[in-house]
Amino acid sequence: MLGRARIKYQTNHMADLTVHIGGLELKNPVTTASGCFGYGPEFTDFMDISRLGGIFVKGTTGGLREGNPYPRMAETHSGMLNSVGLQNKGVDYFIDHIYPAIKDYKTNFIVNVSGSTIDEYVEVAEKLAGLEKIPGIELNISCPNVKEGGMVFGTHCPSAVAVTEAVRKIFPKTLIVKLSPNVTSVPEFAKAIEGAGADALSLINTLLAMAIDAEKRKPVLATVTGGLSGPAIKPVALRMVWEAYHSVSIPVIGIGGIMNATDAIEFLLAGAAAIQIGTANFIDPAVSMKVINGIDDYLVRHGFSSVRELTGKLELPGGFNRFRPKTF
Amino acid sequence: MKKRIEDLRLIENIRLNDEYFEIVLISGHPLPEILPGQFAEVRVDGSETTFLRRPFSFFDTETEKQQVRLLIQIVGEGTQRLSEIKPGTFLNLIYPLGRSFSLPEGKKFLLVAGGVGIAPMLLLGKWLRAQDRDPVFLFGFRSHRQFFELDRFEALGEVYVTTEDGSLGVKGLVTAHPLLADEGFSGIYTCGPEPMMKAVAHVAAEKNLFCEASLENTMACGFGACLTCARQTTEGVKMVCSDGPVLNTKQIIWQT
Repeated sequence: MLGRARIKYQTNHMADLTVHIGGLELKNPVTTASGCFGYGPEFTDFMDISRLGGIFVKGTTGGLREGNPYPRMAETHSGMLNSVGLQNKGVDYFIDHIYPAIKDYKTNFIVNVSGSTIDEYVEVAEKLAGLEKIPGIELNISCPNVKEGGMVFGTHCPSAVAVTEAVRKIFPKTLIVKLSPNVTSVPEFAKAIEGAGADALSLINTLLAMAIDAEKRKPVLATVTGGLSGPAIKPVALRMVWEAYHSVSIPVIGIGGIMNATDAIEFLLAGAAAIQIGTANFIDPAVSMKVINGIDDYLVRHGFSSVRELTGKLELPGGFNRFRPKTF
Repeated sequence: MKKRIEDLRLIENIRLNDEYFEIVLISGHPLPEILPGQFAEVRVDGSETTFLRRPFSFFDTETEKQQVRLLIQIVGEGTQRLSEIKPGTFLNLIYPLGRSFSLPEGKKFLLVAGGVGIAPMLLLGKWLRAQDRDPVFLFGFRSHRQFFELDRFEALGEVYVTTEDGSLGVKGLVTAHPLLADEGFSGIYTCGPEPMMKAVAHVAAEKNLFCEASLENTMACGFGACLTCARQTTEGVKMVCSDGPVLNTKQIIWQT
């Protein structure tokens, strides 16, 4: 039964799903977002993780971080807030204990890197650069849930540039920088980070937000504020991905409330070369397989031979000239 | 045991009292092994205010019939919607999740629960009985309005009930019941409000008894990916969903 389904899938599989991000070749544009997919093996009961274009591994810092106190999560309309606070056991633990367990899966493991200081980002990136099966990193300069570092780097343009330049100097593989939505001008940051040497941009990280329990007259989260994710933020994310795409020449990876293939295609049309699925993994741990199949169906149905043709294919109203037409 | 995502058909939705209901779900496949204390993440469809799944302990399982039962308290919109679901509807579950209760040496065990903390105790009692152990149940409710027929527990062992208002059984908190002072138990299992579990754990610690508690926390995924259900323990941060929900009370740093 399963075997037949696979043969049917392959014979119907017409479109080329391959995309390129910096030096990476992704077998399809569907990846999973950092902090929403663990290290990957958490999901092997539900799907074949090797079918993914890539996995953005949980945020990794120089040393152990226990994360924030709880409650760390609040459910909101079509979304959720989290204030995990980069809980992880540090880069050395990752290298010694996690890397050996994941390195043989046939997908791209891109480690999300975070720190409190530029030195910490550099230290983590340098250590990861030596791992053969880690082809790239994603700099997290946009975490809203840590007191130092994190979003401070992502919302102050000179700091964003400084951390990107410092890591670029010592990290020769693919360098992706994850942008914060908590800024006034996405194009300003996108251009500056491209200029600092990033190979690609990913956006958006969570939106700084809060939830209140009126009965208790208290904030729901122990940290008072947290990061909003889920379909509630998709329209904001689409706008920001579209702005970033028209501001830079490097590829943009779209993130923000993707729940299905249609959502993913919207991000591609807005200008994303690939997408990350985040919060949806919590509700349907096999959702990314459905998104891959759905993108393939869409391409066949609309007569595209490659998913790369979809990127930025949005047809704007006549006379709309906020961004000049752009071709890759 | 491999975790699965599956649509199970709801065949019965039984209202037990003003607050509690029990749903019976049937699988189209042989059930995986489900151990006491493990839980399912249930998707609540059709509302943008119930975006995430809801975690519920398994109340009972019937392997031959491929049926599972969940005991649920109505606390918000998600549980309200589940209480109204009609037979024939399919519910999407991720299960079985979490670490189950364990079995130490000894013969007679006390199972202390408060309110809907009673949910994992039936499966635990059956499991203990199947391994020739004697479960004794001590349940506390706010009042008789939370009470429901406990004959399924009575078939497994003695059942004692307290209510805070004295409307049923012994008046007072479950933790004041003389049974807790009984010397005949080899260990205690507990599930319910945190102050109750803390008091039970204190009694167990004084007697140097084995004690496990099933914890609760807000969680998004239920299988160790989102890291939102963190709990500080004597052995560092643990995830309630995947390191728990059952922890030995020696590990637990109580929050109340």
